[in-house]
Amino acid sequence: MAQIRLTVNGRARSGQVEPRTLLVHFLREQLNLTGTHVGCDTSQCGACTVLIDGRSAKSCTVLAVQADGSEITTIEGLAKDGQLHPLQQGFWEEHGLQCGYCTPGMIMSAVNLLKDNPQPTEQQIREGIGGNFCRCTGYQHIVNAIQHAARAMAAGAPQEARK
Amino acid sequence: MAANTPVLPKLVGERVKRREDPRLIQGRGTYVDDVKIAGMQHLAFKRSDIAHGRIRSIDTSAAAAMPGVEAVFTGADVAKFLKPMPIATPFPAPEHHAVAIDTVRCVGEPVAVVVASDRYLARDAADAIVVEYDPLPVVVDLEQAMTGQPTVIHEKFANNLAVPLVPGGTGCSADGKTVDDSGIDAAFAAADVVISQRMMNQRLVPNAMEPRGVVAHWEPGKEQLTIWSSTQNPHILKSLVSGMHGLGEHQVRAIAPEVGGGFGAKINIYAEEYVASGVSKQLGLPVKWIEDRTEAFVATTHGRDILCYIDLAAKKDGTILGMKMRLIADIGAYNMLLTAAVPTLTMLMATATYTIPAVRVNLTEVFTNKTPTDAYRGAGRPEATYFVERAIDMLARKLKMDPADVRRKNFIPKDAFPFQTPMGAVYDSGDYEKALDAALKASDWEGLKKTRDAARKEGRLVGLGLAMYVEVCGLGPSSSLPTGGWEHGSVTIERDGRITATTGASPHGQGNETTFAQMLADQFGVPFEHVTILHGDTGVAKQGVGTFGSRSQAVGGTAIHMAGKKVKAKMARFAAALMEAHEEDLVFENNTIHVKGAPAVSLPFQAVSAYAYVPVPLPNGVDEPGLSAEAFFEPTNNTYPFGCHISMLEVDRETGEPKLLKLVAVDDAGNLINPLIVEGQIHGGLAQGVGQAMIEEANYNSDGQLVTGSFMDYAMPRAADFPRFELSATVTPTPVNPLGAKGVGEAGTLGSTPCIVAAAVDALSEFGVTHIDMSLRPEKLWRIIQGGRA
Repeated sequence: MAQIRLTVNGRARSGQVEPRTLLVHFLREQLNLTGTHVGCDTSQCGACTVLIDGRSAKSCTVLAVQADGSEITTIEGLAKDGQLHPLQQGFWEEHGLQCGYCTPGMIMSAVNLLKDNPQPTEQQIREGIGGNFCRCTGYQHIVNAIQHAARAMAAGAPQEARK
Repeated sequence: MAANTPVLPKLVGERVKRREDPRLIQGRGTYVDDVKIAGMQHLAFKRSDIAHGRIRSIDTSAAAAMPGVEAVFTGADVAKFLKPMPIATPFPAPEHHAVAIDTVRCVGEPVAVVVASDRYLARDAADAIVVEYDPLPVVVDLEQAMTGQPTVIHEKFANNLAVPLVPGGTGCSADGKTVDDSGIDAAFAAADVVISQRMMNQRLVPNAMEPRGVVAHWEPGKEQLTIWSSTQNPHILKSLVSGMHGLGEHQVRAIAPEVGGGFGAKINIYAEEYVASGVSKQLGLPVKWIEDRTEAFVATTHGRDILCYIDLAAKKDGTILGMKMRLIADIGAYNMLLTAAVPTLTMLMATATYTIPAVRVNLTEVFTNKTPTDAYRGAGRPEATYFVERAIDMLARKLKMDPADVRRKNFIPKDAFPFQTPMGAVYDSGDYEKALDAALKASDWEGLKKTRDAARKEGRLVGLGLAMYVEVCGLGPSSSLPTGGWEHGSVTIERDGRITATTGASPHGQGNETTFAQMLADQFGVPFEHVTILHGDTGVAKQGVGTFGSRSQAVGGTAIHMAGKKVKAKMARFAAALMEAHEEDLVFENNTIHVKGAPAVSLPFQAVSAYAYVPVPLPNGVDEPGLSAEAFFEPTNNTYPFGCHISMLEVDRETGEPKLLKLVAVDDAGNLINPLIVEGQIHGGLAQGVGQAMIEEANYNSDGQLVTGSFMDYAMPRAADFPRFELSATVTPTPVNPLGAKGVGEAGTLGSTPCIVAAAVDALSEFGVTHIDMSLRPEKLWRIIQGGRA
């Protein structure tokens, strides 16, 4: 077993993990942060996407020991002071989710997308979320949701806190 | 008082934001894998890695010796506490053990199960089990399987015929025993033109983003089993699990928590649900099993996989005289809960939106060494739509007619409803010409043709496709559903005037918590926030059938509406007594109850509900306190939503790569409760239709290995695979329920596949191609282009 220390959603956390323990399992099983989902075992679907040191990453493809010392943001850490992140608000306004299983990962990917490109075109959004599968929505309302958030963020809604 | 009451808007028909979303966008939903119980053990299945063989030996000793492994069960061990699994269709089925005992018949079939204290350890232990097989010959091609060569998969099913032949159509007696084909023969003899084509509607993997999962908890002290499962129908799960374990239904509580998509593949009650509950009962411990994605590819049912030989007889003006359809369904290695019934829906809908005077449709279902099929979004209806629409498109092409004109000539006229089809369906309502016209207008069909022709002049390969569809939804009368065709709802007005309602239609993304609350808020004139919809728990929703066949709104919504009606009548009696008014004069609105025409004579809604629970005195004509009622609603008929889809597609002349440029969908689902949610449902259906047409295929090699067995190989559609869908609607309410709602969950999968393939054929028409089997792989299109040049 290995000892790891990391910051998750702004809180210092530590734990004992097997060297093979995936970050997503550490988050879900040890920290009870079950908002991050597992949708595949080949790093395609993106349901497990979190931010590691501010960049989106598939937490099923990162060992917990590799995340030692990092700052992690999960879907549970996105809203600030009871205020939804503009992307969360956008997904709600635009019906960007149905079953909700892909949604946390989709939102975390979109956080990264809008950080890199605050005013993406529709095509850039569609390509930007290429690492995330959704089987319910046909993606159109997800695209609308991300556009909604981009507009809100440009207009000065609370920004995703940068570390 | 009433004058100062805030006015509450009517919500039915409005784009109300979903109330499910705040928890789901913050990671606060509870899916099966989020359920934890103290002492919980983890299951892992050892599965067959060959497609057909006899089990010579299983060595579980290394697995059992691992520290932390609680138990290992082989098929023989499991059979001591679990009988073979039941199905729900009236067709004969081979014996099917949850864990194979002596023979495996497809890759992924369970051969042993491990119980361990940790998920990783359970997987390690399953991997440590050594199974030796004597391989048997494998058959994966359905037409080869019908010869009985090289193998018969179930010995009692000669030539691998799961269902040898179901005849249907004109000239077929009601019991299917005698057939008079003279009408068909005459139709084909009189035809100016005959279209004949072999078409494959390929096998697909449903791939809900949440794989399946189960938590089972047997409490020996209470003699109660609670089972959490990612299922579309917890009430059916409860009934079947209790039956399998010799328990009364009162001893089992089934919970479908948040369910991360289903698409039909979570209707079936699976081996893992029976095994997990049985193991929990055997060991007296709570257990969890969560499916891996790669496991899901072979362990969760597939969809489609129906072959069709179609012949269409017509006059040269496009009038269809007759149709023959020979359907052969590859159902895989076993007959699951509804497997055998799915292709019968293809039969039922074979005549689509058309009057076809002479029809002959035969169905055969065949076993192969593949994962079993069962429902997948559309379940039999997309196949029917695809076959008929493709054939009509070929007819239009042969007669050099506009595809819209051929269809228009053969539509069931709008004054013919209810319309009895030769296949035995009674279409409730329809106006197909209206939907066609709406689609031609929405797409600017004439303009699209000019755009296409202009593109062709530049040497580009651009094509247009059009398809109609009609589906059977809102299932349905109990005579057509082995589970019962009703749905259950209950409505309770709490003491404080808040409303708690339950539904047996257990959703998995459909947004019923929102739409049903919209209905009840309007029905009682109360704020939307005052209504809560509970579901997915047999301990809470007393009865239910489930969510499939686009039925949750049409049947489940109606059940809630009917229960609401009963409570409202009783509440009106309490209000009438308090207000010394007549019940029939009372108006429920703006969170008050007042007398019609006299808004000043008014009581707050909650004043009446409070009185109903402390009724001193109990009003005359009221038998008992309280405000709660339940209702079972069973429709007299299914509903038949319809529509028209139009697409434009371009093929790259150099690479054969197709690009979908446009997809216009006009859908008529009757009255809509929430157009925002309806659009989401249509988008999702379209995406699965586009996926099938363009990229998705479940392919097996000759050894019975699923070569598209992970997300690395199976082409799951991504956001960039789609154009922006263009939707519009016509509204033709159904008479079979008071809401007038028909159902919309599956619609998008129907019109999309034939209209996209038609567009591809149109794009490649210069190469003389008349039909292309799905999917439209670039390599396939490139070969057509090369052949055309040769």
